[in-house]
Amino acid sequence: MIAHWPTALRTGGTRARRGARLLRETPMIPLAIIGVIVLGAIFAPFLAPYDPVKIDLTHALKPPFFQEGGSTAHLLGTDKLGRDVLSRLIYGGRISLVVAGAVIVVGGGIGTFLGLISGYSARRLDAVIQRGVEAVLSLPTIMVALVFVYVVGQSLLSVILVLSPFIAARFTRMVRGDVLRIREHNYVALARVAGASDARIIFRHILPNVASTIIVIATLEIGAIILVEASLSFLGVGVPAPTPAWGLMIADGREYLSTKYWMSLFPGLAIMATVLSINWIGDWLRDILDPKRQFV
Amino acid sequence: MAEEPLLRVEDLRTYIQLRDGVVKAVDGVSFTVGTGESVGLVGESGSGKTMTCLSIMRLMPVPSARIVGGDVWFEGRNLATESESSMQHIRGRRMAMVMQDPLAALDPVLSVGDQVDEPLRYHTPMPKSARRNRVLEVLKAVRIPKPEERLGNYPHQFSGGMRQRIVAAMGLTTSPALVIADEPTTALDVTIQAQFLTLLRDLQQQTGMSLLWVTHDLGVVAQICQRVNVMYAGRIVESGDVRRILRQPLHPYTAALMESVPVFGQKRKRLYQIPGHPPDLTKLPPGCPYYERCPLRMDICKSEYPPATPVGDGFVHCWAAAAGKAPTTTMAAATASMAS
Amino acid sequence: MARYVAGRVGQALVSLLVIATLVFFLVRLTGDPVRLLLPDFAPPEFIAHLRQTMGLDRPIWEQYLGFLGQLIRFDLGDSFNGQPVMDVLLDHLPATATLAVAALLVASLIAVPLGILSAVYKGSFVDTVARTIALLGQSVPSFWLAIILILVFGVALAWFPVAGRTGLSSYVLPAIAMGWAAVAGLVRITRSSMLEVMDSDYIRMARAKGLPTRIVYVKHGLRNAIIPVLTFAGLLVGAFMNGSVVVENVFAWPGIGKATLDAVKIRDFPVVQGAVILSALFYISINLVVDLLYAVVDPRIRYRR
Repeated sequence: MIAHWPTALRTGGTRARRGARLLRETPMIPLAIIGVIVLGAIFAPFLAPYDPVKIDLTHALKPPFFQEGGSTAHLLGTDKLGRDVLSRLIYGGRISLVVAGAVIVVGGGIGTFLGLISGYSARRLDAVIQRGVEAVLSLPTIMVALVFVYVVGQSLLSVILVLSPFIAARFTRMVRGDVLRIREHNYVALARVAGASDARIIFRHILPNVASTIIVIATLEIGAIILVEASLSFLGVGVPAPTPAWGLMIADGREYLSTKYWMSLFPGLAIMATVLSINWIGDWLRDILDPKRQFV
Repeated sequence: MAEEPLLRVEDLRTYIQLRDGVVKAVDGVSFTVGTGESVGLVGESGSGKTMTCLSIMRLMPVPSARIVGGDVWFEGRNLATESESSMQHIRGRRMAMVMQDPLAALDPVLSVGDQVDEPLRYHTPMPKSARRNRVLEVLKAVRIPKPEERLGNYPHQFSGGMRQRIVAAMGLTTSPALVIADEPTTALDVTIQAQFLTLLRDLQQQTGMSLLWVTHDLGVVAQICQRVNVMYAGRIVESGDVRRILRQPLHPYTAALMESVPVFGQKRKRLYQIPGHPPDLTKLPPGCPYYERCPLRMDICKSEYPPATPVGDGFVHCWAAAAGKAPTTTMAAATASMAS
Repeated sequence: MARYVAGRVGQALVSLLVIATLVFFLVRLTGDPVRLLLPDFAPPEFIAHLRQTMGLDRPIWEQYLGFLGQLIRFDLGDSFNGQPVMDVLLDHLPATATLAVAALLVASLIAVPLGILSAVYKGSFVDTVARTIALLGQSVPSFWLAIILILVFGVALAWFPVAGRTGLSSYVLPAIAMGWAAVAGLVRITRSSMLEVMDSDYIRMARAKGLPTRIVYVKHGLRNAIIPVLTFAGLLVGAFMNGSVVVENVFAWPGIGKATLDAVKIRDFPVVQGAVILSALFYISINLVVDLLYAVVDPRIRYRR
């Protein structure tokens, strides 16, 4: 980089213009999609036209409303047990969001904590934590999840419990990297000279600066968690049936794929839309939180 | 001198397009470099001196920076409008650049021998053995000890001073007519700096090449240049013979620059700092950009940019100078005595 | 250099140890693996007998050490049908390994050029297209893509086989399904790495030397830019081992993933345990190799430390 860009290049306009630009560049579509899904998840009991687990064999395998044989009674059709696809889709969103949210909070929390300690501590403790992190990151997530769920039993809690350490490891690694970088800054040295305790330094000086990294990783990992949870449900080791989960719906619809595609298509689209929107927002967040962002 | 100078820059303008605003990095710069001459280009960070060099070589950061006006005459061609392939033919062969940070300028994954050889390889038909000899010759000329043993070494295996000399060697292999040195001594400490300057001066005398030396350090300019151009806010504010300018700077900015250069051996109470800060290049005033910080400012300075007032074989853009008022300096004489 | 290699190998061994320990205790989480294996109504003598045969009546430290001892001898125990686990897994390994390579190939062939183009023509249409493809790749669940691929290319168009490992053409669909998710990350890292390199002083210096554009970008640019891409590719292989479970399930591919899933379903515990350890070992080894390759490509590492 050219060594000395003048200050003019760093400001880029008045406050009002920067605010307006920010608004213009905010990705509205993905935010709207996420909004819809979140609302759907929260208000599922009111929005879903049917009980998602109610079996009704007389109305099994009905196509969506825009196809011949379909009706507006079941907008997206029904599956092989007569359960309404749309309702299952809405409730499935709940599971995906709950799992992703819980794993991010638990895993992210533990990971951030360990990352802060690891980055800030003496080399021994850091090395120990790092080996642990590496070990966890070397484990094949889905395989371990299979084992865990088999051993502990299939439930919402076991899915959350098994996925959390993997997310924690990722957080630890990234947070540690940030801490190592921030640690070298002057204000940390100043705080230490002023007699602040380690804990105080970590929480008052380092943590706020790591915040933007945490936000970005969290957004990007949520998408990954949703995909893993979907894979687990697909394999039959996610949240136990008959609770609807998108992955499970895809697996259920698999045998009818060539003719009655809707059972697998819509949950797949739902997963895609959700993860796509989250990743889009994550990318956008990463861009605006990047301190080097200046030029055209 | 009636002959055409080696390099003639005429009213060069390079603007940079930002998110909202245009930075006039180079705003009407004109100067010349004669054959065998050593010319300085002096200014603070952000004065536009680096961008001027990049514009001459057409190496500006392309998406945002563009030459919007002016000409750069070099060996019969206008570099401002030449095609990229023509430019590739000129760069490294007729015109070379020595950059500021030698560690960054050298590719970390390639050997030094390879990198010094590159200009020869792609600009001359010389066979491998001849190239090797030339590389060794050049490395010896820049005083790298035992170059035969070090051809396979990588940049990080050399000291800072040696790296800078290697970068200089890279530029000299093809015996270019013009070498543009962009703050090449800034990253070095003082004793190494002195060695490097001596080296370049000697090389220049031996080869007859021209030097365009870009720096913020007037002390360096005093040692190596014959003429100097002082830049501020994208324009040249004073230009002329080095000794004249150092002895009697006419533009208040030049005088201020000299005040703020610490001179070895001189006792001072405090380093002088020019009050205020460099102007915002997206919002340049209609008058003189130095107005805010100028001790000699007058009303007309605020509204109209001063035209060139000829001084000796140079010029100065200053209303005060045109009116006969000169800035007073105490350091001027001392610095002038450093000039060779 | 030797120090660097020794250091990395040492780290890898420690990680392996940690993993083996984790797996060991994971299995014993419920306190009694035997209960997992036998139905609830099994008579207590059966349970006791099985426990004894499996060595589960010995103190935990003995078991642990025995377990480690076995591992060092590359003995992963025996499957419940009598075959040594190692044999079972090694039988299935080639299928997964070749598929992972195929997936990496597919992903790289698409992603690396896209990443380079995207960086060189930054901000243009090509860049936008590349980033959109990357985003899509990251968002599609591999199993869903797999079944769509089967539907379109396997059934409707009948261009490729859809089940089993029957020859070169049978690799196509599974490799795409598995590699697709990797395209995103690869494009991203290639692009950002290229951008960073292109912005560097040594590239400007190379241009200042008047070197032909091709030389500047390939000899100087790519060689520097490829370094982080390689590391990432290493990580990818690990991800492929992971994703193999799902893709192999959909395509009935006879690899480790399928073996693991089958073993879980019939509760053949040693096989599952062995598969996890083997996968981890694979991942760690690949990363080690990549790190060592790093030292070859980047001389700064070779001569320091």
